[in-house]
Amino acid sequence: MPESDTALIWRAPFPRSYVNFLGHKLLRFLGTVQGLVAFLLITLGVLGTNFRVARPVIRPLLLKHLARAGLYLLPMTTFLALALGLVVIGQTVSQLTRFGVTQLLGTVMVSAIVRELGPLLAAGLVLCRAGAANVVELGTARAQGEVESLESLGIDPIHYLVVPRVVGMAVGMFALTVYLIIGSILSGYLWAFAQDVPLRPGDYFRQLAEALNGLDFLLLAAKTFAFGTAISVITCYHGLAQPLALSGVSRATVRAVGQSLIACAIIDAVFIIVYLVA
Amino acid sequence: MASSDNSPQLSPVVLEMHNVSVPTAREPAGVALEGVEWIVRRDEYWAIGGLSRSGKSDLLAVAAGLLRPVSGESKLFGTDLFTCNEAEQIAVRRRVGFVFDGGQLLHDLTLEENVALPLLYHLPSDEKGLAERVQALVALTDLEPWAGRHPADLSRNWQQRFGLARALALQPELLFLDDPLSGLDPRDAGWWIEILAKLAAGHALLDNRPLTLVVTGNDLRPWRGRARRFALLQDRNFIALDAQSGLDSGGQPALDELLRPWHASIPS
Repeated sequence: MPESDTALIWRAPFPRSYVNFLGHKLLRFLGTVQGLVAFLLITLGVLGTNFRVARPVIRPLLLKHLARAGLYLLPMTTFLALALGLVVIGQTVSQLTRFGVTQLLGTVMVSAIVRELGPLLAAGLVLCRAGAANVVELGTARAQGEVESLESLGIDPIHYLVVPRVVGMAVGMFALTVYLIIGSILSGYLWAFAQDVPLRPGDYFRQLAEALNGLDFLLLAAKTFAFGTAISVITCYHGLAQPLALSGVSRATVRAVGQSLIACAIIDAVFIIVYLVA
Repeated sequence: MASSDNSPQLSPVVLEMHNVSVPTAREPAGVALEGVEWIVRRDEYWAIGGLSRSGKSDLLAVAAGLLRPVSGESKLFGTDLFTCNEAEQIAVRRRVGFVFDGGQLLHDLTLEENVALPLLYHLPSDEKGLAERVQALVALTDLEPWAGRHPADLSRNWQQRFGLARALALQPELLFLDDPLSGLDPRDAGWWIEILAKLAAGHALLDNRPLTLVVTGNDLRPWRGRARRFALLQDRNFIALDAQSGLDSGGQPALDELLRPWHASIPS
């Protein structure tokens, strides 16, 4: 009896080209991780050793990137806060009312917005608006020889180009997340009020206060700093670490945005485990 | 081929390259020049000629410590910038200026801010003298009305003038200029030749101290009678011309090519 086609397929060796393809991808992934970790360590080293160097040059740059990752994003953040409050309240209020547990509204808001959606949404916003700009700016500067110019002037390119972006983006990211969370919580009550949920403001904020604990504040700060650092380091790395031609900047931007999203998802997963363990 | 270290001057060595292989910046695996032996002494004025893609920019980048040589030894002021510590590296870099082809200014700063950057970075405490110094450097370019603009608002040639001002900000002792006359009209070319002559003789901006100069170009005629030492880049070789006869050294086909008027190269 002839073997079926399916059996033949199962017995056939895994095509060498697939193995090569996967191996190539794996090696490339490991190489990127190695490069990113090295770049992070170099940046932290320069930050530590040059902390007091050239402050009149570095301070304005730091404020510029802080504003870019925080202040300038406030209008968009306000819109997102309104939308986030609507989405969470809109999806949960009917269910909570149905089971008569509207007193859990505060807990839902803390779990959904403070611990998860707030930081993730803020990270997405910072990545799109400031992170992508990082790659384009640094990639263009690299392609036009500005990095060599800085070196010729005795200025460390990491100190001048990367450190202000990393610090500015990490701090800006934290501030923006806090603003987004506060805005979402307020808009959440607004939407609940609009849906005639029998909940007084005092009760709502008491629920929130009861659902929050000290660890939430600590982990929120740690998570947002981690998001900001990851996004800034990845985008700066792809803008600077390899010689780029102008034509390669768009490809580097796409790669940096993709890797930043993956890094944020991994960081978020780590923090979920920390929440569960703690 | 003349040995470059037979200089009759006994002034100190500021740059020395021994058996250096120069990589190409655009193709890291490639080699632009091999076995470079070159010594530059203080107050010398070198003009290095070579056709396009002969490795002029790469040679200067290696000499200035911006590009690591494939092999060999390259030292600035007796220091190998790729083996010394960071403090030594910065100290040496402050003694060296580099004018890139086209200026390579930072595009997000104004031209004036570009000139002020090295002063603000390395000498932040001297705020009082900063404005005066920057004003004097900008005046050197003869382009003061444009100082508040961004580099993209100016032609490439004029950006390069601000590149010169920026390179002089820290009062270097050695200045590299990558093809400063490239694509210039006679008036602009004359400006560069004149300012470089002043710098070589001792300019007030440098406290009247003569500046050691190394310029590159694909036409050596403008440097005849101005530069004091000449070298050629040909077939991956660095050929230093005799200090005495200079451009009158015979038997160098590449030299003839670099001294020939461009219209003489067009087939009739």
